Formats: sequence, C-alpha cells, structure tokens
Amino acid sequence: MEGMGRFIIRRLIGMVAVLFAISVMVFLIFNVIPNSDPAQRIGGKNADQALIDRINDEWGFNDPLPEQYVTMMKNVFTGDLVSYQNQRDVVDQIEKGIPVTFSLCIGAAILWMLTAIVFGYLSAIKAGQATDRALTILALIGISLPVFFLGEMLLYYVAFKLSLFPVGDYVKFTEDPLQWANHLILPWFTLAVLFIGFYSRLLRSNMLDVMDEDYVRTARAKGLPERQVRLKHVLRLSLIPIVTLFGLDFGAVIGGGAILTETVYNLPGVGQYAGQAVASLDLPPLIGVTLFGAFFIVLLNTLVDIVYAYLDPRIRLGTQAA
Amino acid sequence: MTTPDGSRPEALLSVDDLKVRFSTEDGVVRAVEGVSFELRPGEILGIVGESGSGKSVTAQTMMGLTRSGNATIEGSVRFRGMDLVNASDEQLQGIRGREISMVFQDPMTSLNPVYRVGDQIVEAIQAHREIDDDEAKNRARELLESVGIPNAAKRVDDYPYQFSGGMRQRAMIAMALSLEPRILIADEPTTALDVTIQAQILALLQRLNQERDLAVILITHDLGVIAEVTDRVLVMYAGQIVEEGSLEEIFYDPQHPYTWGLMGSLTRLDQPPPDRLPNIAGAPPSLLAPPTGCRFRPRCPHAFEKCPEQPDLEVRLPQATGHADRCWLDPSDKKRLREVEGRIGLQAPPAPVGAGRGS
Repeated sequence: MEGMGRFIIRRLIGMVAVLFAISVMVFLIFNVIPNSDPAQRIGGKNADQALIDRINDEWGFNDPLPEQYVTMMKNVFTGDLVSYQNQRDVVDQIEKGIPVTFSLCIGAAILWMLTAIVFGYLSAIKAGQATDRALTILALIGISLPVFFLGEMLLYYVAFKLSLFPVGDYVKFTEDPLQWANHLILPWFTLAVLFIGFYSRLLRSNMLDVMDEDYVRTARAKGLPERQVRLKHVLRLSLIPIVTLFGLDFGAVIGGGAILTETVYNLPGVGQYAGQAVASLDLPPLIGVTLFGAFFIVLLNTLVDIVYAYLDPRIRLGTQAA
Repeated sequence: MTTPDGSRPEALLSVDDLKVRFSTEDGVVRAVEGVSFELRPGEILGIVGESGSGKSVTAQTMMGLTRSGNATIEGSVRFRGMDLVNASDEQLQGIRGREISMVFQDPMTSLNPVYRVGDQIVEAIQAHREIDDDEAKNRARELLESVGIPNAAKRVDDYPYQFSGGMRQRAMIAMALSLEPRILIADEPTTALDVTIQAQILALLQRLNQERDLAVILITHDLGVIAEVTDRVLVMYAGQIVEEGSLEEIFYDPQHPYTWGLMGSLTRLDQPPPDRLPNIAGAPPSLLAPPTGCRFRPRCPHAFEKCPEQPDLEVRLPQATGHADRCWLDPSDKKRLREVEGRIGLQAPPAPVGAGRGS
C-alpha cells in the first residue's frame, strides 16, 4: 500500500496547514473584536492606567501582532498557555475536559448511529406505509428541536419533575460507571436527536436509491432471501455516504458541537470551557479549544478518507494511481 | 397459444394470459397484456420488440422480480407444476438462480461494485447449497473458466471494476449458471457490449444451450441477435405478442405488419444501401391508454375497417401449426402488401386517421 502511505503523509501536511490557518484567523479576529483588550481583563474592573500599562508591558501586548502570535503559539506547544482571565493553564483545562467531552460525544455518536440505522432501514423498507410516515414525522421533530430547548425541557420535566435522571453534572467513569451512564443518558439523547433525525432520513433516501440499482435485482434473481438482499446489498452500499458524513459530524461534535449540550447539563467538558472562554473573550483558551476542535475535525476527515477506501474498493485504485 | 396438439415435447415453462399492470401517478400502465407462450426443453426462444414493448417486464415477472405494492399481476407462469405468479416469496427464492436464472442488460451495473466477483458467485451458490466457502470458491473459479475468463484463479478475487464489460457479462452468465438451472433468461445480454464481444457472448450462450441442454429465453431488440441463435421467436408490441413462429417463419414469411416494419428497418449487406434507413413511422403507443383493437393500427398503413376489433393471437395461415399472429389481413394478401422495393417492409406512413400518431 505505497499509495496509502503517500496519501497519509499528504493529508498530514494538509492538516498542519489547516491548523496554522485557523490559529492565525482566530488570533486576528480576536484582535479586531472591540472590548477584547486583554490587559483590561487581567487588570480587572478597577485597574488604573498605570496598572494597565504595566500589564501590557509584562505580557507583551504592545509588541507587533506577528510577534505576539509567535509567542502565543510557542506557549501552545510548550504547554505554557495560560488564560488572561484567571491565569489557569489552558492545556491543563482542556485535558481535564477531554474525558467528559469524549464520554458525551462517543456515547451520543453510538446512540445516533445505531438508532438512525434502525430507523432509516425500517423507514426505507416500509416506504410509504404508516411506519415510514411516523418515523418521518419523528425525524423532522428531531431535526427541528434546538439542543438548548430540548435539553432544558428534558432537564425540567424528566430530570427535575419526574426525577428519573439526575439534574446535570458529571460523574467520572472510573468512580462509578453506573452513575456515569445515568448522568449521561439525557445529554447523550439531547445531542443525538438532531443527528438521528438527519441520518435516518439520509439513510432512507440512500436505501431507496440503491434498491433501484441493477445489482440489487441481480441479488434477488440469484435467489437470496430478501433479508440478505436488504442487509448485504442495499444497506451496505447505502451506508458508505453515511459513514463519510459520520466522520465529519463526529469530528465537529467533539470540536465544538457539544458546547450547548455541555453547557445545558453542566458537564465540565471542553465545550463548556470553550463556552466560558467565548463569554469572557479570553484569547488563550479560545485559541486552545479552536485548535483542539480543528484538530479533531481534520483528523476525522482524514480517517474518513482512509475508511472510505476500505468501504468502497473502487476508491482504492484512485489512491494507488495518485 | 392456440394449437394444443399432443405431439410437441412437454413445455418446460408455460406462460398463460400474463397481465402486468403498474399503477403510477399518471394512471395504470398496462405493461403486459395477455402474453401466452411456452418454452420447450433445450430451445432458444427469442423475444423481440422495441423498448417498452413489455419484453423485460414479461421476463422479470416470470421470476417474480416485478412484484411490488403498485404492481398487479394476473395469469399464470407454470414451471414444473408450480405457478410462479402465485408462489410465495420463499418458493420463488428456491426457483431463482437454481431453476431459472437471469442475465441482465447492463453488465456494468449488474454486479455489486463493493464485493469481489468470486464472492458474488459464491453467494449465489451458498444461497441454495450447503457447501463451505473453499469449495464454493473453487466452483466459482471453475465457472469463470468455463465462460472463458482468462486467468480465472486470479480473477476470482477481482472486483467488478477490474473487469471489462464483456468479462462482466461472462461473470454474470457464470453466476447465472452456478447452480445448473434449467432455464436461462437473458435480457438484452449483448446490448451494452460492442459487436465482437456480442458475438462471443452469443456463441457462449449457444454452446451452453447445446452442451447442457439449457433452455434460453433471449430478449432483445436486435433482429441480428435473434437470427443468429434462436429457434423460435416471439414478436412483442405494446405489451402483446403480435407474432409467434419459428425463426424461418418469422424471417421469411412474416405475417404481422409490425414484423414487416422490423424487417424493413434492417440494413442489409447484400443490397445497395438505401438513401435513408427505413423506419416505422410514428411512436409506440402509450401503455397508459393503449389503442383499442389492434394496437399497431395507428401506425399501420394497411389498417382497414376490421382493425378496431381486437385480433387474437392465432394461426391464420392454412398449413401452419406454430406460426400465429394478430393481424386481420387476409394471409393471401399479405405477401403482396409486405413487398416494398423488392424486400419485406412496411409501406410509407398512413394518412392521418386519428389520435395516437407521432410525427
């Protein structure tokens, strides 16, 4: 697989370029946003001009922008990046948030993929019937529900009124796996609903398209049981684009899509940290979480391309020829 | 069929008054309207007609492949005492591939792109026989060899995109033969292939027919293909069989004006090329509302007052037994009427007589 090696190297170079571009953009945007003066944040509300000047001097805020950028990126790589707001180490904070964010995102992803496949499959094979219509309506509701609304509703009615689940917060898996899951069920569901709706619709239409393919007729003409035709020929082929999309969405969810869910359920993950950083216009955490998010999006993108080659043998020739 | 005489070999497959209708948004499409024919053991039966004449629907209905919520299927398709029209899905699964196999028009899309060719053949074998993977794969390799795939031992692990069109059609045929069926339905098997490959595929079908006594239904719009390999021919038009007979009867003594038109549209190497290729004027009728009476009437230059009445498919020639057609014209007049510039053909388009005509 010589082609594959070259392909991966090419993607890694691309990844570095993308991350560089993103960091520059965030840095520049931050510097043109009004009211984002870092010295003001560090000095606090009652800081006098002398204090502000001293802070500007000490932190290098008077240096030219490229110089400031280089200093900041150096800090990112040495792990010395600290928040302007509270001087906490950014990398530490992100590391602390990772298990929470991963617990939330991986759980939700499993939930949304499994449910979407079942719903999409049922919808497709019962196309036009009552089951299909019911699932269509459900999917549209799911797609239309904003996370913050659904999250608050579930928290109020299911967690608070009915006391079926704890009201927010996070328990470490290593402490108590059962409580961990119990605390995460509502967030998982909240985060997954949108994707279940979207993916099941997509799978349904993919399957209906594939069902008309000549090779599906061939499979039937061979005398395969209908179930085998549907699973091995129709579903398998219909999943290829879904897997692609999943890779991208999963990267996006880890890289920031979970901000709302984490905030609503008070889960101390990377998303909540990002939310707080945005609220306080704190540049170092913003750079940190943006790079973190971008890294996962680009990484998953690359993984998707690799997995894609295995899912669809026709792609392999392309990578080898390239 | 109108001549049930006892002397013929017993039919392997008999289709009786098959009707297939599809309800669509625009109305009911009468794709097949009362098709009856028999397939005898070891024969190659050709079904010819233009696109939309119901050839493929007839063939696919025989295997239950047109079953769906919007399809209405009437009549019967009898195979070894079983009516395939009313058979359960499980019964049909047992028949498909094992007793009756099918090869489709477009080999480029008829194989699943993500599975190896060998595995797709193995899948067909294992759908009907309990044999282990290695044995099935060996069998797949043998089959590919037998249809003339070079280097089959290696090719068996290839994906369809690594095969050329002709090789894919061979692979499709190998797959169709994997369980030694009695009947092979080949639905335009050579249409998507170039002419040299077409000849190879036809030769292969003929060889299999002779070696294995395989009965073949060959569906095509290409009279050249029909002439090359078939024993008997059905000519279909607008969902009906308009003429049926042996290859010689259809080619040398065609009785239906539509068949004349088909013959007339052939270019012939033994005659000087015409200025303009003859065609049948007008377009095939919409199957949403086919013409009443003879369906070819709106396009037929020989239509007369009897034609609004529906002609049955029956033997109309004095001495014939198996040569039947749906045309009211007197058989004695036909010889004269079908003569166009020294060969069989359809005359110039009729004067406008009513609805249903094209340009």
